[in-house]
Amino acid sequence: MRRNRPGRHPFGLATITWLYILWSLVPVLVAMRISFNSGKSRSAFQSLSWRWYFTDPAKSVLHDDTLVQPLKNSLKLAALSMLITTPIGVTMAIGLQRWRGRLSKASNALMLFPLVTPEIVMGVALFLVFTQVYTGVPRGFTTQLLGHITFSISYVVIIVRGRLAAIGPQYEEAARDLGANRLQAMRLVLLPLLGPAIFASVMVVFAGSIDDFVISSFLSTGASSETVPMKIYAGGRATATPALNALATIMLVFTLVAVGLAALVMRRMRARQGGGEDAQLGSLAAVG
Amino acid sequence: MANAAGAAPGGHRNGFWGALSLPGVAWLLALFVVPFYAIAAVAFGQVDPILRTAAPVWGPWSWNFSAMSKVISRVFGGDLAGVVVRTLSYVGVSLALCCLIGYPVAYYVARHASRWRGVLLAALVLPFWISYLMRMLAWVNLLQVDGYFNRLLGWLHVGGSRNWLDGNWPTVVIGLVYGYIPFFILPLYAALERLDKRLIEAGRDLGASPRRVFQRVTLPLSVPGLMSASVITVLPMFGDYYTNTFLSSGSPKTEMMGNQIERYLRGTSQPQTGASLVLILSAMLLVLMTYYLVVTVRAQRAVAT
Repeated sequence: MRRNRPGRHPFGLATITWLYILWSLVPVLVAMRISFNSGKSRSAFQSLSWRWYFTDPAKSVLHDDTLVQPLKNSLKLAALSMLITTPIGVTMAIGLQRWRGRLSKASNALMLFPLVTPEIVMGVALFLVFTQVYTGVPRGFTTQLLGHITFSISYVVIIVRGRLAAIGPQYEEAARDLGANRLQAMRLVLLPLLGPAIFASVMVVFAGSIDDFVISSFLSTGASSETVPMKIYAGGRATATPALNALATIMLVFTLVAVGLAALVMRRMRARQGGGEDAQLGSLAAVG
Repeated sequence: MANAAGAAPGGHRNGFWGALSLPGVAWLLALFVVPFYAIAAVAFGQVDPILRTAAPVWGPWSWNFSAMSKVISRVFGGDLAGVVVRTLSYVGVSLALCCLIGYPVAYYVARHASRWRGVLLAALVLPFWISYLMRMLAWVNLLQVDGYFNRLLGWLHVGGSRNWLDGNWPTVVIGLVYGYIPFFILPLYAALERLDKRLIEAGRDLGASPRRVFQRVTLPLSVPGLMSASVITVLPMFGDYYTNTFLSSGSPKTEMMGNQIERYLRGTSQPQTGASLVLILSAMLLVLMTYYLVVTVRAQRAVAT
């Protein structure tokens, strides 16, 4: 094993790596700490308090409607995106993995395109289509939801397809040999095997939706359809209070709890099933 | 037909699998292809003479290219040339920094971090789960005039009262690197992880020094991974308009193409100009997008066979 060859540990590389990790995480930790500031400043920390979360009667996240509304909007968007995108993406993944022919190749390319399209291009495209063509769709939340689903489908397909390729057809063939019809084989054999991948993709859709700024912003109609990233964008430059940091921190905690739970469930599922260890990380890298 | 491992169990009912993909395909046709076409219809369409709103023209046979040619001449040598050059140089410098920082990190975690690997990997993935704008907000906090960064500089006696957020290009470039480098490191890590270790051992056994093995074996073998990591980092950077607005208080000194697009489409009502700029940007990026698509399809096929 090259890695265990005795003697030389690359200390230079190790230093760069740890410095990078500090650099990537410390600013966020500082921003989180500022959310607990008792004073108004977003740059200097005075003392610890929950002021910007609950206790300030007007300006805390809990009492300021202009902060609560984006939080609700973001969570609603993310939840509905998950619910709608996952079935569309999973069926599309199974279909594309097995469908043969020219149309299938074209569909596959179509599915990959949103992954490489810069957000601003997709944002402009959706903005124009909803103002010029699909004018019957109520602008704001509905169009934002449609937009989020559009950029999320491909993530689900990529992740689930990776897992499908690893599973191979033999389990389903066995089920068919034992008398199951195609749908039964899919429902009873394939879907449970896909469980961890579906779970992973649900989380990626959730995080993608929560994180999205460009699409939400292009399809927004004002305060009623403002999301958390939009609020941060609008408030970060102006003279905002640490309540903005508190809002961002709440969002981050939501995401990390969701991801943590998902990781636990996935570990359980995988322990029961075995196999596919690196699939999740691989798929994340593919998506990234 | 080469029916490989991933092929249909039970064979010929191709239509069934086609039907399964149908909802997704229909969705993407309606909300990805049609919208993209709408950009062209607006760019090559008319403008309502009174309301100044876009009047898209759907038939390519009656498209009008005058708005586009005006924008093209502004991009090449006109008043938009500066923004385009600035976009290209910001992205170029950011990518170079991503390589300089990201390659050693990905390399170390993939090949040397034995005991700490789990922790390091988690730390590399973590930024993916932190909202991009929160990460930018963190920098806005740090870079305030009375913020921690200036205080650190003051403590080191190298300045400490500068406003970093008034249209300062290094701030924007560092912001871009900070924002997108996780997208660079993770795919590169995956590629370096997959490298055939036997080739590296062979190089060592044949007497090459570690540095020479890196130069002659590892680096050339990691070029494909480096390419896709770069493409996947650069594509969103080109369309970025919020990082520089956020980190430079909207100063025009650091504007990129994305800012122009956003302004023309939403601020001033010149939808034709905005749409034309989007098409020009897409044309510029087409090579990169195609490269990534081809690589991905090849990888899919390699997995399937």
